[in-house]
Parts: sequence; C-alpha cells; structure tokens
Amino acid sequence: MSVTVSSVVETDAAAGAAPAAPPTGAAPTGPRPRRRGGSLVSLVLLPGVVFAVFVGLWYAVSDGVLNDQQRFMLPPPHEVVRIGFLDWSNFTTMMSALRLTCEVTFAGLAISIVIGVGVAVAMSQATWIENSLYPWAVVIQTVPVLALTPVLSFFFGFALTSRIIVCVIISFFPIVSNTLFGLQSVDRGMHELFSLHHTGRLTRLWKLQLPAALPSMFTGFRNAAGLSVIGAIVGEFFFKQGEPGLGTNLSVFTSRLEGERLWATTLTASLLGVAVFVFFGWLSRRVVGRWYQPKRG
Amino acid sequence: MTIADTTTADTTADTTAAGDTAAGAPALHFAGVRKRFRDGTVALTDTDLTIRPGEFVSIVGPSGCGKSTLLRIASGLDEATTGTVDVASKNVGYVFQDATLLPWRNVHDNVRLFAELEHLGSAERGRRVADAISLVGLGGFEKHLPHELSGGMRMRTSLARSLVLDPSIFLFDEPFGALDEITRERLNDELLRMFMLRRFAALFITHSVAEAVFLSTRVVVMSGRPGRVKADLAVPFDYPRSPQLRYSAEFAALCGEVSQHLRSES
Repeated sequence: MSVTVSSVVETDAAAGAAPAAPPTGAAPTGPRPRRRGGSLVSLVLLPGVVFAVFVGLWYAVSDGVLNDQQRFMLPPPHEVVRIGFLDWSNFTTMMSALRLTCEVTFAGLAISIVIGVGVAVAMSQATWIENSLYPWAVVIQTVPVLALTPVLSFFFGFALTSRIIVCVIISFFPIVSNTLFGLQSVDRGMHELFSLHHTGRLTRLWKLQLPAALPSMFTGFRNAAGLSVIGAIVGEFFFKQGEPGLGTNLSVFTSRLEGERLWATTLTASLLGVAVFVFFGWLSRRVVGRWYQPKRG
Repeated sequence: MTIADTTTADTTADTTAAGDTAAGAPALHFAGVRKRFRDGTVALTDTDLTIRPGEFVSIVGPSGCGKSTLLRIASGLDEATTGTVDVASKNVGYVFQDATLLPWRNVHDNVRLFAELEHLGSAERGRRVADAISLVGLGGFEKHLPHELSGGMRMRTSLARSLVLDPSIFLFDEPFGALDEITRERLNDELLRMFMLRRFAALFITHSVAEAVFLSTRVVVMSGRPGRVKADLAVPFDYPRSPQLRYSAEFAALCGEVSQHLRSES
C-alpha cells in the first residue's frame, strides 16, 4: 500500500536532498545565472519536449503495460485531470488539504530556519560547539522518521504538532550546513579589516559574517523549502488525526485504490514543492541578487 | 605588534599630529625584526627600519622577500618572531593589495565601515565620510556597489575608507599593483596630494621602481628571502611633485640606481 506513496516521497527527496548534502568542494550555487541555457526558445521548448515525452511514456505504461485490472495504479493522464482536478467536490477537498499542508510546510520551514540558523551561528563561534553538534545534525537528517513516530505520537499526539515536527526534522539540515558553510567561508582579507580594528565577535558576525553568508543561506533555505513540503506530507501520512492534509489524502486514496485522485494529489504536492522552491529563488535574487553574482560554469 | 614603551609612544603621536618632520621620535621603528613562519620559512631576518613622521618610505624587493610580512607585523595582524616594532600611534591606516570592499555595501557605506568599527559619533562620521569620498574623487558614486566600479575606483574607495580615520601612519601593501599604468600614475599623483594634505607617515610596498621613486622621500631596497634591508636611498625631489618629474633625467638616474641595487647579489 505504501509503495506508491513512498516512491513519490523518495523521488522528491532525492531531488531535494542532492544539492543539500554538506557542501564540500563546490560552493553553494545561490541564484542561478539566468543566461545559462541560451535563448528563450531552448528554455521553453526543451522542457516542453521533455514534458511531452514524459506524458507519452505515461500513456504507454498506462495503456500498453498495465491491463484493465492494474490500470488503477497508473491511470492515464486525462483521467487524472478529469477526476482529480475537474470534479468540483474532489477539487475542493484537495484545496482544503492543500491549505492545511501549506500551513504545516510554512510553520515547519519557519521553525527550521530559526533553529537551523541559530545552531549554525553557535557552531561558527567555537570549534568545540561545532564538533559537539554537527554529528547530531547529521544524525537527525539521516534517522528514519518512521522510527520516531511512536515517540513523537507519545509526546505530541497524532495531530498538527507532530506533523510540524516531522517537517522540521526533514528540512532543517541543509539550513544548518549551508549557513555554517557561508559563515565560515568569509574572505580572509575581509576578516583582517575587522581584526585591524579589534572588532568583537558580535559586530563581526552582524556586519561581516551574516551578510557574507546570505547567498549560501538562501541556497539552504531553498533546498529546505523543497524538503519541508516532503516533510509536511510525510508528517501527515503518519499523523492522521484532525483535518486531512495532502499526505493524509495520499494514504486514504492509496488504500481505496483511487488512482486518479492519488496521482492528482501527488502532482499537487510536487507543484507546491516547486512553488516554494521558486519562491525562495526569487526571494534570494531580491535580497542578495543586487550584489551577489554567482560565477558561471 | 610589540609596543615597547607606551608612554613614549603617546608623546610621539602628538608630534606626528603636529606634522613635525625634522626631529622627534620615529613614527614607525623596526629593530632586529625576524619572522619565521610555522612551516619553518624565514621571511625576514635582522630588519632594521625607521620611518619618521612626515616621511614617505617605499620598499621594493623581489617577490617573497617579506615586504608584506613587515606591514602585517607593523599593523598587528602578525607578530615578529624576534625583535621589536614600535608604532607611535594607534591610528594606523592599512590599504590592502585588494580593495577588499564588502560587496553588499555601496561606496558610501564601505567608506563608513572603519568609522563604525571605531564608534565615531554619527555627525562626525557623516562629515568625515563625505570628506574622504570627495578627497579621492568619488563624489557622485556614493550609491554604487563595488562590482559596478572599475578597479581604480575600488581602490579609491579602499583609500577613502582608511582616510576617514585620518591616520598618522599609513601602510600600503602594493595597493596599485593590479591597476593599469595610466590609472596607477593618476592614483600616484592623487596619493601625493593626500600626503601633502594629511601629512601622514607612509610605508609603501611596490614592485614598481618608478612608483617608489616618484612617491617617496626614501626608497628601501630589500634582498630576496629571507628579506632584509639591502639599501636605503634618499629621494631628493621636493614636494609637490609634478607628473612631469617622471620624464626628467634625474628621476631616470635615481630609478636606475634603485634597479641596480635590486639586481645586485650582496
């Protein structure tokens, strides 16, 4: 039953987590250079071609590979659109679930940002703090959330609070790692400007390290934003009490074999992920784009 | 940085401010300075050098002869392994090889940085920032970000940032090394104008013999690693120096002499 759903989760997680790995050699990319791909035609046309191929493959599997009894697993795209999106009652159910998932996502992401930046700033202040905390930040990132569900439910119940906590657990690591990376990679010459004037830690942090770290912090926020949607959905999937979110519905539709609505919900969840990701890209350009031009290449 | 005797240091600061060039304690004094890095490289050995208030001293020498190390020691960014360094004033300006401007701050705010770090009052700060910006000729560019400026303008901003504190000692670490010849000469002329106006003591590092001779009251030639003072030549030309000085025979002769010392093995 959970096969379909977990595969959805995995796909998104892989896409979101790959750039979120602890930055080693490669600097955070920050906002992407816009001229990377060349002309407008290739920027619109090429993804369009890929989309057409994707839809084609979908039809091929749905109509060609699956027989009538199996087709509920992957109904053809037009059926997904008709039943999942164009049916008014289904659509309103989905929109209210989307609203709830948005709430969990934004609450979780906000908490992640506050805790993540706080932890990274603490780590940047002393090696012993970094050495004490970093391994545990990695552990929180890698621990299977499934294993935590009994404990979380015991302390926080089966409703909203636990969903948000799952969201935080899944999304906060890239914020820690990218913020820390940004704080620690400030140019040595700039540090010396401050050393010449015997500047204290707080001033140095406020006037030098934090502004210098903003581009990589936004890279972290953006990756975390994608993950926070996944986190919200996984949280809803495990903690079903109260109003249903997209994750709750995924679980319900899976058990009822409602393939069309399942896929419609999956697509909506992905779109939400893309939307927050794009939003943070835009925000990053607004905030640091004025002075930060990532190197092309 | 080792300040051997703080009381004398303070009195010297006063003399410096008064612009007393003839007598008085040195603005900057290195005695037997030796620098050995942790990896065992000896950058400097037995370096003695005195810069008096109002003097403009340039150091030329081969790459890696410890010229920059000398400045870093004078500014307190590095410590001498042995020997003493006396700095007469706490108000030392330091201009790096790179402009090292904060990329998120515009020209005005970059120039204001040191004034902020030294907690100057806001009225005082505003006046000094405006003065410094107009002194380096960047009026009208206050709102520009560093990446919108040319290399020369970035360096002017960096100069202005230090000028804000009106330092009595100025350390320059090859500030114009990355600029084209024309920009460099123009900035040399302007630097001399500031020197005439503010009368700081300057220690200037450069690879260019002509630049050293044009700017300085004295040119110090250092040997290759480990660096030490090889020759110390007085430059007899009066200030203000006109750009045409560069084309005079005496100027060329002096440049030749400095180059000779640079090449000689001893």
